[in-house]
Amino acid sequence: MAATQAPTRTVGAPTGTRPPADGNARAVRARRARTAGFHLTAGLLSLLWLLPIALVLVTSTRSFDDIAAHGMGSWPRSFTLANFGQAWNEGGQGHAMVNSLIVTVPTVLLSLLLASMAAFGLSRYDLPLRRTLLLVMLSGNLLPPQILLIPVSKLSEVIGIYDQLDALIGVQVGFGVGFYVFVLHGFMRAIPAEIQEAAVIDGAGPWQIYSRIILPLARPALAALSALSFTWIFNDLLWAITVLRTDSKMPITASLIGLQGQYVSLWNVIAAGSVIAAAPTVAVFLRFQRHFVAGLNLGAVK
Amino acid sequence: MAVLTMPRRRPGATRVPPLVLAFVLVPLLVEAAWVFWPALQGFYLAFTSWDGLAAPRSVGFGNFTTMVHDPVFRTALGNTVLWLLLFGGLSAALGLGAALLLQQERRGIGFYRAALFLPVVFSLVATALVWQGMYQPDGLINQVLRAVGLGGWQHAWLADQSTAFYAVIVPALWREIGYVMVLYLAGLKGIDPQLYEAARVDGASRWQQFRHVTLPQLSSVNAVVLSVIVIDSLRSFDVVWALTRGGPYHSSELLSTYMYSTAFQSLRLGYGSALAVVIFVLAFGVIATYLVRAFKEAS
Repeated sequence: MAATQAPTRTVGAPTGTRPPADGNARAVRARRARTAGFHLTAGLLSLLWLLPIALVLVTSTRSFDDIAAHGMGSWPRSFTLANFGQAWNEGGQGHAMVNSLIVTVPTVLLSLLLASMAAFGLSRYDLPLRRTLLLVMLSGNLLPPQILLIPVSKLSEVIGIYDQLDALIGVQVGFGVGFYVFVLHGFMRAIPAEIQEAAVIDGAGPWQIYSRIILPLARPALAALSALSFTWIFNDLLWAITVLRTDSKMPITASLIGLQGQYVSLWNVIAAGSVIAAAPTVAVFLRFQRHFVAGLNLGAVK
Repeated sequence: MAVLTMPRRRPGATRVPPLVLAFVLVPLLVEAAWVFWPALQGFYLAFTSWDGLAAPRSVGFGNFTTMVHDPVFRTALGNTVLWLLLFGGLSAALGLGAALLLQQERRGIGFYRAALFLPVVFSLVATALVWQGMYQPDGLINQVLRAVGLGGWQHAWLADQSTAFYAVIVPALWREIGYVMVLYLAGLKGIDPQLYEAARVDGASRWQQFRHVTLPQLSSVNAVVLSVIVIDSLRSFDVVWALTRGGPYHSSELLSTYMYSTAFQSLRLGYGSALAVVIFVLAFGVIATYLVRAFKEAS
């Protein structure tokens, strides 16, 4: 197209001012049609994707009588926030949310601390077998968790922390750390050696190099991993129901399944519970969207 | 050469400060305690019969021969393979499609991308409950079908043996596609635009550009997506557990759910470990290729 247009334009330069203008108008119209088509397709797709979320938000604010009378899929005829209170208090979601945060926040901090230490050692020092160690640590994270479930639940019994939140923190740190080491290693390796050498000449020991130089420079990767690991750990169900037994100790995901059993067919309360359970990770996502997407791509071996 | 350079590198290698050694060893020991040691035990338990109370009793390959005659195992294995193909294939294809649609930087693109990505941050349990309401006999899906005159297609989606499996896949896909899309978006961004220009000059059609420029350029992302999908498929548990517990009559049973109920509800810990070994074997190929790629990356 471009190759055939170019000669006619140069040949007919003096008289040919009108045809290109005409062609431009057509091109503009074609572009507008394409833009409209794009927004229509992308808009409909987004709408389809958001529909279940909109539905659960609407359901969570309807009264039971309204749903019973008109069905789940009908237009709402009531508005109440009482369902949230019911899920939060009687449904135990409030307590479960506290459990989830007690587990998630220390797990994120502890995993990233341990992982950054190991990644620092493996990437900045000429340790023997460093590559093997890195891959051994990564391979632990790639194992299907099922192979670990029974031994881990027995292990936590043996060391006396079964049915305690400590057990959940322990296994989440142990299982996740390999992946974080791998990602942080890739990031820290790219930091120029000169920076470290200059610090060594100035008399800095490994602790100063780690805490004053490498950690601050690795902030983008740490931020991305924090956002990502927060959602992973907060959203976990399998490890929780493996090492915990008592209802009052369950995190929000397991408590949501409990809610489903406790309020069978009270869809407004279940919907409110789902909204509560999803709110923290949605907040993290909206607040740290860029880190989040960057984190997902950091994890992909390029 | 090697002999000559070795002495020059050695001092650096031996001068690893003890603190750095501790930095590496402490995380390694934590992982060893919670992952490597339990994993070895898991493999050992697969060859035993154990109720969790008395000592495990060795049964050799007994658990694996039991599997061959276990109809639930065969259903779960078949469903797991079907899940891999359907869930994996569809999330890769639709994720790539969404990335192609949403790759250009234009007004409003951030909103569309965020909309498709949003479900990724929900827990699978919350996702399951969101969809459970829609699947109810009086839920949105049946109401829409009735409204458009397809009332005959209405189902009790989760309670019907013929639909439960597919009804469980849909929420899992809804959540996975946005994730795959983000991976592909990054891959598409990395393609040199000059390649497309050159293809256009050569008169390549849109399809030819996709086939001969986009796809080959995405080969490394494809490998990543493949490993992510296989690992995620074999780990799929929460969404099935929250929606059907593998029922009705094991019609939506996966190896992961069967393993969990065998181990923690029937308390057949040896047999459960053996099921976990089968999951491991299915995942092994992907884990190995992922590690080989990581090894190249790290060198």
